[in-house]
Amino acid sequence: MLLDFEKPISELESKLADMKELAQSSDVNVSDAVTQLEKKILKLKKETFTNLTRWQRVQLSRHPDRPYTLDYIYEMTSDFIELHGDRTVKDDKAMVGGFGTIGSETVMFIGQQKGRSTKQRQMRNFGMANPEGYRKALRLMKMAEKFNKPIVTLIDTPGAFPGLEAEERGQGEAIARNLKEMTMLKVPVICIIIGEGASGGALGIAIGDKVFMMENTWYSVISPESCSSILWRSWDYKEQAAEALKLTADDMLKNKLIDGIIKEPLGGAHTDLNKTSSELKKVILKEIKALSSKSPEERINDRIEKFSSMGAYK
Amino acid sequence: MAWFKRQDKGILTKTEDKKEVPDGLWYKTPSGSIIHMRELKNNSYVCPDDDYHVRIGSKEYFEILFDNNKFTELDPDLSSGDPLKFADTKKYPDRINATQKKSGLKDAVRSATGKMNGIDLVVACMDFSFIGGSMGSVVGEKIARAIDYSLKNKIPFLMISKSGGARMMEAGFSLMQMAKTSAKLALLSEAKIPYISLLTDPTTGGVTASYAMLGDFNIAEPGALIGFAGPRVIRETIGKDLPKGFQSAEFVLEHGFLDFIVDRRQLKSRLTMLLKMLD
Repeated sequence: MLLDFEKPISELESKLADMKELAQSSDVNVSDAVTQLEKKILKLKKETFTNLTRWQRVQLSRHPDRPYTLDYIYEMTSDFIELHGDRTVKDDKAMVGGFGTIGSETVMFIGQQKGRSTKQRQMRNFGMANPEGYRKALRLMKMAEKFNKPIVTLIDTPGAFPGLEAEERGQGEAIARNLKEMTMLKVPVICIIIGEGASGGALGIAIGDKVFMMENTWYSVISPESCSSILWRSWDYKEQAAEALKLTADDMLKNKLIDGIIKEPLGGAHTDLNKTSSELKKVILKEIKALSSKSPEERINDRIEKFSSMGAYK
Repeated sequence: MAWFKRQDKGILTKTEDKKEVPDGLWYKTPSGSIIHMRELKNNSYVCPDDDYHVRIGSKEYFEILFDNNKFTELDPDLSSGDPLKFADTKKYPDRINATQKKSGLKDAVRSATGKMNGIDLVVACMDFSFIGGSMGSVVGEKIARAIDYSLKNKIPFLMISKSGGARMMEAGFSLMQMAKTSAKLALLSEAKIPYISLLTDPTTGGVTASYAMLGDFNIAEPGALIGFAGPRVIRETIGKDLPKGFQSAEFVLEHGFLDFIVDRRQLKSRLTMLLKMLD
């Protein structure tokens, strides 16, 4: 599937492929034309992807081919053991986690998981966790703390699930408890927004020593669509809402609400999973090393200090 | 000679100048009971006929809780910035200014310290009349500072929530207030200082998913709407009507997320009793 602004690039790319094929099947020398076209494609890509609107970033964050949590985990780790269940209600398939080996480190990975096929999407509940998902996440974090292993959370959710049972089982309480408990975790915690970072559902696993956003993701208190429907009383103002919310990685870094941005390949994470994963892995290993040199007390103090300083008032 | 002499010919008083019973002298509850405002006030804003708890703000709660309505307000002048230059149908600073003028409030929370039946207490109380009690930087910061005050002086903290949730016009900043307040509450918890969270009608969204649900004691007023997602959103998600009483304080108590429900007329005495037991 292609997004609108990907189409012109894709057209040129298929033209290039045709040209290369032609060169192989006949004796015509097209090497000049190929170089020309390749240059043109690169130029167009650069133009398109360095001037993305905020709404286009939102679209990229939801790209159907975009890597999801488990894609990154499998790509980055040499071993991974998935752990299930919150020990109270059930295993929430929208929230995954487990120990993995990355470089020479054992890390507890936790993240929301979306599905790709219709069936998988249903099973994963579109990446919208129920309270038991947040409680499963907390159980795994506490286990990581017990065995003194760093925690990496990968955030990708359109929100915590707004359902009947979710309310019965205390969606609000589950998220609130995570916010409080994550503040006090004794091990290093690194949080990375890899796709959608919608509101409390995202924040529920995003209290960390370092919070990163990947280049083409969004993180805010509400989705542009819902914002549009509430403030403009129509779904048609999502582009304006995205602009107003200042929800991109650049915006969030500028406002000091995150600690850094992780670069994606030109064209977005989905164009090169391998390259994106190795960039992610590099950042994770570097941060774990830096954070490990501090004492748990220092890390907790810095964490509290960081979130306490966020706000704009006079 | 007539004992009464008409000075002017005809009745000249304009309709709008005619003296009638002033507006707001009587209050009508949803079930139809009518009560005089003064009686309502003497009854902690609860209608004696049907026990309906009228929505009130920080001014009234302070009056109910603090002895002789004596208290020191904390950070009274903190006011909102416009970090995102947010504009929807109105510019955010214009919206703030207009609401400040209309409500006489600086933002959606006021915090104060004083004595409740002789016990020192820090109270932060939300005002729904200020942009739906929405939580932005000022709300987060004032609550954080109120908790700091509790920590520093070792005084129990009472949070009275009444909010539709996050303030959209502060987007990411608003979201991080959930993190900020929860972090401060973690410190309060470590220090073993009691935190009572009173949830009143309505408490939803990001407020429920942070400080409102983090009390050592989570208590609520009867009939209050309490939830994470709003009823309309849930109805649209599941495509079914919601059961009667869904997300009421009684429902939340039944599902295990509240310690007890308290009638506002007994609020002060119940809180006093609880805090005395912990002393």
